[in-house]
Amino acid sequence: MAFGAFATSTAVAEPAARRKSPIALLLLLPGLLYLGLFFLVPLFSLVITSLQQPDPVVFGQFENAFRWENYVTVLQQYWPQTVRAFGYAALATLFALLIGFPLAYFIGITLRRWPLLQALALVLVIAPFFISFLLRTIAWKQLFSDEGPIVGFLQALAILPGDAAITGSAFAVVFGLTYNFIPFMTLPIYTSLERLDLRYVEAGGDLYASPRSTFFRVTLPLAAPGIMSGTLLTFIPAAGDYVNASREFLGSTDTAMIGNVIEANFLVLQNFPAAAALSLVLMAAILILVSAYVKRSGTEDLL
Amino acid sequence: MRGFGKYAIWVYSAMALVFLMVPIIYTIVFSFNDSRRTNIVWRGFTLDNWLNVCSAQGVCQAFGNSILIGVVATVLATTLGTMIAIALVRYRFRFRSATTLLLFLPMATPEVVLGAGLAAQFLQAGVGKGIGTIILAHTMFCISFVVVTVRARVASLDPALEEAGRDLYASPREVFWRITFPLLLPGITAAALLSFALSFDDFIITNFNRGADVTFPSYIYTAAARGIPAEANVIASGVFLLAIALVLISQFSAAARRRRLAKAD
Repeated sequence: MAFGAFATSTAVAEPAARRKSPIALLLLLPGLLYLGLFFLVPLFSLVITSLQQPDPVVFGQFENAFRWENYVTVLQQYWPQTVRAFGYAALATLFALLIGFPLAYFIGITLRRWPLLQALALVLVIAPFFISFLLRTIAWKQLFSDEGPIVGFLQALAILPGDAAITGSAFAVVFGLTYNFIPFMTLPIYTSLERLDLRYVEAGGDLYASPRSTFFRVTLPLAAPGIMSGTLLTFIPAAGDYVNASREFLGSTDTAMIGNVIEANFLVLQNFPAAAALSLVLMAAILILVSAYVKRSGTEDLL
Repeated sequence: MRGFGKYAIWVYSAMALVFLMVPIIYTIVFSFNDSRRTNIVWRGFTLDNWLNVCSAQGVCQAFGNSILIGVVATVLATTLGTMIAIALVRYRFRFRSATTLLLFLPMATPEVVLGAGLAAQFLQAGVGKGIGTIILAHTMFCISFVVVTVRARVASLDPALEEAGRDLYASPREVFWRITFPLLLPGITAAALLSFALSFDDFIITNFNRGADVTFPSYIYTAAARGIPAEANVIASGVFLLAIALVLISQFSAAARRRRLAKAD
């Protein structure tokens, strides 16, 4: 499936001889202009908006200015939501890896001898993409609701106190994020394990390495590109997500993430400078984290 | 110990797959709920929701909008992205690393930033938001995914086939449409399907740029506050069953083909 392409293309061998031709410009220009106009210019618009100040005459309007203080204000006001977003995203990435890696190993290596089972398992991993993720999240909300089966079961076992709830808690939000991103984690790891030549693993055993040290010194390094794509595909959208943490879904005001604050400031409060400043803070933080993370391989490899 | 480990991964993976299926099954089951107002408690089996899908106000309109947006954005993104993918593999040009960076960045940017950025731009330019701005936004974030998908296919294409065409006096146009394009078609199809799926299920970017127009995901988000009608479950389940049927057919025919090839060896 195409979602795996993120990892698949890393090892593509390209023809060495690339020609120089004016056709290249013709092919590139429309798409790159489009991205310039609807990706780069919007980032620029965010910078301008983030520095605006309230119009002194018309209430609710903003005028262009250089108010750097906007950044200080939003960080002072919203640092808990910012820190929370990265904390939740990191936890969700970790849990998704703990579930996704063994699953990818199972499908890519254990099931190799049963192609039909392998195809079926792969379809099950892709299946969540075909049903609205909002409805899947609502399904968890209703399963976790106070009258729902899970809370009742846990209360009957006295694991959960009688008055406790799951929805609205940090647990529910991290749970929802983890669930939503398991396929994004599993598929790239699967594509790198699927191509893994098992003779390397056998060679490890032949050279008297224990299964454990073969795993850590042969299998895991060969799966590294997939793990890297998977963690990026999970962490980045999870840090900016605001559906799981929203009150109507799995969260509450206590679990609000930076995405919730950006949405509220932009669409509800119409405080555009605050929303723009927070967006740029989020983007900058992610770019710093991601570039530190991918430093070893570079973007050409990732694409 | 090794035997136990082999057994454990089967159990663990089966549990993970069941876990992935739980909310999907829940959504499908509750599409048959005799729910009346709120589709939260099970009140009994009915086919009414499936037979009168459009009876919930606005749900079919939202679904139609999503299809329209998905189709237009897919056509635009697939065309632009395929052209870039061909150029990346086949040609030498300056600013190559800047180009790959520009293609990588939209995938590395959280959707909320893409959405807020476009909304800020439309606000400053005085552009009214609606289906048009949603299409512009979706096309933007689909292009990079198309490039990634098609590029792998272009790279695996044997240049000798095109050379053969040229040797037989085909014009460059004929070579492209009668050799290159048909060979790229599986990659282009995969990219188009991916684009459509991304567009159809997008909520975050859409929410910032939709104005008063409603897509299927934004309908669900708004309805979540007062209770989602079972008809929304019907539409989602219908789309799901259709898509899964198509995927199953293609996966199993591919697996069967692999098996035949393995036997022939």
